[in-house]
Amino acid sequence: MKREIVKFLIFASLVMVSPLFFKGGYLLNVLVFVGIHTMLAVGLNLLLGFAGQISLGQAAFFGLGAYISGILTTAHSVNPWLAMALAALTVGILAFFIGFPILKLKGHYLAMATLGLGIIAYIVFNEAVELTGGPSGLSGIPNLSLGSIVFDSDIKNYYLIWSFTLITILLSLNLAHSRIGRALRAIHDSEVAATVMGVNARLLKVQIFALSAFISTIAGSLYAHTMTFVSPASFGFNFSIELVTMVIIGGLGSIYGSFLGAAILTLLPEVLRAFQDYDIIVYGLILILITMFMPSGLIRGVPSAFMFLLSKIKRARIADA
Amino acid sequence: MQFSEQIAQYLLSGFCTGSIYALIGFGFAIIYNSTSIINFAQGEFVMLGGMLSFFFQTTLKLPLAVAIILAIIVATASGALFERLAIRPLKNATPLSLVIITIGGSILIRGLTMLIWGKDTHSLPSFSGTEPISLAGATILPQHLWIFGITLLTITANKVFFNYTITGKAMRACASNRKAASLVGIDVKRMVLFSFVISSAMGSMAGIIIAPLTMTAYDVGIMLGLKGFCAAIIGGMSSGFGTVLGGLLLGILESLGAGLISSGYKDAIAFIILLLILFVRPQGLFKKADTERV
Repeated sequence: MKREIVKFLIFASLVMVSPLFFKGGYLLNVLVFVGIHTMLAVGLNLLLGFAGQISLGQAAFFGLGAYISGILTTAHSVNPWLAMALAALTVGILAFFIGFPILKLKGHYLAMATLGLGIIAYIVFNEAVELTGGPSGLSGIPNLSLGSIVFDSDIKNYYLIWSFTLITILLSLNLAHSRIGRALRAIHDSEVAATVMGVNARLLKVQIFALSAFISTIAGSLYAHTMTFVSPASFGFNFSIELVTMVIIGGLGSIYGSFLGAAILTLLPEVLRAFQDYDIIVYGLILILITMFMPSGLIRGVPSAFMFLLSKIKRARIADA
Repeated sequence: MQFSEQIAQYLLSGFCTGSIYALIGFGFAIIYNSTSIINFAQGEFVMLGGMLSFFFQTTLKLPLAVAIILAIIVATASGALFERLAIRPLKNATPLSLVIITIGGSILIRGLTMLIWGKDTHSLPSFSGTEPISLAGATILPQHLWIFGITLLTITANKVFFNYTITGKAMRACASNRKAASLVGIDVKRMVLFSFVISSAMGSMAGIIIAPLTMTAYDVGIMLGLKGFCAAIIGGMSSGFGTVLGGLLLGILESLGAGLISSGYKDAIAFIILLLILFVRPQGLFKKADTERV
């Protein structure tokens, strides 16, 4: 446990000082996105990596957060913080109740049902024009503010988003090492065995589903207030898939892995921009290659590849001598 | 009279898209049964069918029939290639990473198509004219008849293949127990390859016959693929009658919903139906519940 605290403190201080290296500018903006995506990936990882339940509709909760915050603050001039809290609570409760019928499903059926939810939400964002502004989106969403500080620049947003992200990471680490975390892993390995041991598997799965929806909704609200503009394109099926990919290539069940996955998938398109139209092909290729050669994720795959190389070198040296 | 004519028209077009969903759903079920992989790239072979026929027909100026046959051959070959390069090298992959691989594959195929033929929407001519035929109050296009005919033919051929040929029977053996199948001398790897070949052939066929009605573009595969997956799920992932009924049910309800409620919510209706079915009968409509072995 002590090691975990030290690890977290190192991570947090790295996050806090890194803006000093890229003062302002474009990259800082990208790092704000890394923060939002990390929150989403960590939330999904609780469900996918710990409880072993897939969700292909996570973008729906993200979108609901963004739209509820956006609509409440623009059309009804609700205080942004209040709007964010309302959004997170409503969606969290909603997810709790949808969770019961949905998480009764297993495997591909669960994947399909959550995917369906995501697509339904996406279509509603597009079609409920009076409420959401339809495909052209919703603009003029106010920035968040704290006293006299208005979060309206990249650097302020960076610290705002990453504070939330760090809190999410800390809470998730805590959860993972608690009784609940162990119960979740038991469900992951065998639901029947976990139930026999006295874990209320059904309730726990639903609770973790609601928690991951809650986290995604907060990420959505933060996104709306930092971008000040939302449109349906950001909350489609592709984004749900991208989130699952972040969790898997980072490493299932590893909180820092989710950060790694989020960082890579967010930075990759920026790097690949140099390839212009070829970027989507390279993206697909990288996805295939990582899954093929590091099936347990980069967080475990990279160190073991390194060790493998090291032992090869050592052996070569011994052979030379 | 007016209303019943409308209903007849909706039923007809629903039946037509339903057949397409069924064909695509078959592809999902065949691959799933022989490998337990949900092939998310299935929709891309549907798209390839349409786009390749467009390419052969319009750009290379080949006769339509030749273009279609070539398109099916090329799409099927790319399905086989996908299996060889991305699926077969994986030995102990988890189902989840296999799903991610097929998603990566679909992004790759979509990207390549976009790069080669651009983002424009293309159309394919109808197989035999566009002179509408009046039938029981509804207007039917010759292309609709082609769709029904080809779907019926494909499904029958499928049925015959899986029930009466030695390869088909071997594939069914793999589906029910891979280890036992390999013990009696069936080359399981080859059967997996076959399943990819058959489903990409069926998928591309679906993409070709629907293209004259709905046009085609590099990104049509996503939605068509998902609807096909819906059909297969409703049918309980069987490569039999269930998927056909699943596809038809989905197509008809979707078309009625779009016509009577709102066309903007057409795709949402399909997925609401799916969710309702899954909530009531989690194992699919046409399948008995399995008892789970632990």
